[in-house]
Amino acid sequence: MTTTTMSMAKALNAGLRRAMEEDPKVVVMGEDVGRLGGVFRITDGLQKDFGEDRVMDTPLAESGIVGTAVGMAMRGYRPVVEIQFDGFVYPAYDQIVCQVAKFHSRSQGRVPMPMVIRIPFGGGIGAVEHHSESPEAQFAHTPGLKVVACSNPVDAYWMLQQAIACDDPVIFLEPKRHYHSTRAEIDDAASPGPLWESRVVRPGDAATLIGYGPTVGTCVDAAAVAAEEGRSLEVIDLRTLSPLDLGPVEESVRRTGRAIVVHEAHVNLGLGAEVAARLTETCFYSLEAPVLRVGGWDTPYPPARVEEAYLPDLDRVLDAVDRSFAF
Amino acid sequence: MNDPVFGPTPTAPADEGELVQLLTPEGERVHHPEFDLELTPEMLRTFYRDMFLVRRLDVEATALQRHGELGLWAQLLGQEAAQVGAGHALARQDFVFPTYREHGVAWVRGVDPVSLLGLFRGVDNGGWDPHAHGFNLYTIVIGAQVLHAAGYAMALQRDGVVGTGDGDRDAAVLAHFGDGASSQGDVNEAFIFAAWANAPVVFFCQNNQWAISEPIEKVSRIPLYQRANGFGFPGVRVDGNDVLASYAVTQAALKRAREGQGPTLIEAYTYRMGAHTTTDDPTRYRLMEDVEHWKLKDPLARVEVHLRRNGLADDDFFAELSAEADALGERMRRECHLLPDPQPLSIFDRVYAEQTAELAAQQAEVATYLSSFADHAGAGAEGGAA
Ligand SMILES: Cc1ncc(C[n+]2csc(CCOP(=O)(O)OP(=O)(O)O)c2C)c(N)n1
Repeated sequence: MTTTTMSMAKALNAGLRRAMEEDPKVVVMGEDVGRLGGVFRITDGLQKDFGEDRVMDTPLAESGIVGTAVGMAMRGYRPVVEIQFDGFVYPAYDQIVCQVAKFHSRSQGRVPMPMVIRIPFGGGIGAVEHHSESPEAQFAHTPGLKVVACSNPVDAYWMLQQAIACDDPVIFLEPKRHYHSTRAEIDDAASPGPLWESRVVRPGDAATLIGYGPTVGTCVDAAAVAAEEGRSLEVIDLRTLSPLDLGPVEESVRRTGRAIVVHEAHVNLGLGAEVAARLTETCFYSLEAPVLRVGGWDTPYPPARVEEAYLPDLDRVLDAVDRSFAF
Repeated sequence: MNDPVFGPTPTAPADEGELVQLLTPEGERVHHPEFDLELTPEMLRTFYRDMFLVRRLDVEATALQRHGELGLWAQLLGQEAAQVGAGHALARQDFVFPTYREHGVAWVRGVDPVSLLGLFRGVDNGGWDPHAHGFNLYTIVIGAQVLHAAGYAMALQRDGVVGTGDGDRDAAVLAHFGDGASSQGDVNEAFIFAAWANAPVVFFCQNNQWAISEPIEKVSRIPLYQRANGFGFPGVRVDGNDVLASYAVTQAALKRAREGQGPTLIEAYTYRMGAHTTTDDPTRYRLMEDVEHWKLKDPLARVEVHLRRNGLADDDFFAELSAEADALGERMRRECHLLPDPQPLSIFDRVYAEQTAELAAQQAEVATYLSSFADHAGAGAEGGAA
């Protein structure tokens, strides 16, 4: 057993390395993932240690990467595909939605598709267009795909290994803004909880904040500020977006009566809409106010120098809390 | 390799032998059977001047990024000749689809260098009017613009401005992309569409050898220009560090396109002397020796030697140019600061040609929310743009 302190970037690298050590069928495919170690260095050193057959610097073509990963998976490999930035997943969208997602069901289970598609997602890094997007709802909307998002180094380490071990295709979302923002202790002998569970990350009883990926930190910060003002907010990290695990959320909302979902993706038809609808169905009599959503506006992701006005921040979360209480 | 059944397999991705070249790295004028041309001393000086100023523009923007004034910059260092040569081959009525690195073509098309900075500073997604300059906005999604170019060329055909014989009317499209982009489906589909439509488009691939960390020689088994054969139109490889050859070959291909003879693929063989962008560290994947090797083929140096040796430009010319470059640099530094940050509420403008009531309502909500801060702190709504 060893315990190491790591950033999320390092934790993903370590998780990937361990998955590759444990299963020789795990292969990594993507642009610049080999020699360079990926533009975010998530695959740093893997090609050196596992060779070019297992860590492939592919041609620059996302549809090609995912499409060939399908063929590899059919032959028993477990491809871990890196999409360089969220905005560049769309050339592969057809392969993901029409092919990857449907193989298992249309083959009546004869052809599983154990593939992980890693996507650094979300904004706040001052990037040019197409580098800050949050496409999760488009994949969560697609039956046959599972979608998860990590929010901290420990989850990153374990969730990635669990996603790779999963026999279904998993869209694995990494909040790139937090690759290096925090460090945490990772005990590689720990036994992680299941992948498909949401989790209370800060207990409270006045209102429930629901986030995932980059907004978990925002919610926790908001809860800390609210606590100073005497309001105790519970924060839940969804972790899994498809399937959703709303058990802990419902339990929480039955106590607090108020729920606010926070994501960077556009509010319109975002994950928040689904969470709100389900809470309305399951917790109707406990709700003191409508479920509120805080998210990116229904506009294209804006230029970097105005992105702060677009992204949900602490103020906007607290404003939603106020609105919930004012209802 | 020679397969007994299928015959030979081509295996020479980086053979430089077949380059079209009109000016050697040593500054010597050489002749070419198909692409020869006579240039006035004035044109030679113009080419040099443009390359010199474009290089300064690039150096200046790189420095602005280092000083935190730009979030990112994609350098064109080493690719000045390919771009300035191709840019000068365009007619006023032609249209260009650039990637994110075509600052040299932008310059020739009269796009103000300061407006190129907007995208990289993060104040807009391209601040110029594509129609005013016949120069589209930069496209970051690799390869997408090459299809747009083929489609634009199809529109020219329908507008009856191809093959009329009227040199002031007949138009063509110039589509830029990189060696890495040549793997994308979009680019290959654009070849198919252009061939199908016999569209007046010139595919201009700057093979700068690298797609971030991936060398093209590991991806393509044959020289990229030879791929054109398979699509049914001609391909040619030009010395992309030779502004004369880049100009001559592009001019011939655009002429062909305007005359209605269809697409051409030009592979401008060059080298990305700088990093991929300011966030990249090329020492992780390539050798300094390679860069040194390409320094000997510098696109500007050979023209300077040629101009001086043949008495086509005097010291005054170079001194004036240097002063002009200094002034350009100074203006870029000054005006970059002046680029206005977008107002938060402007995010909602122009999402649609016809604003929706739904989005207008969201904008109004945000306005109310932002003004609630202004009431308290005074820092206010504008603070959001910081
Ligand atoms: C669809 C898509 N995938 C990935 C990227 C990330 N990316 C930006 S530039 C680049 C390499 C491009 O290489 P090349 O086409 O040779 O052009 P160069 O940058 O060398 O001019 C990559 C992979 C992108 N912008 N778009």
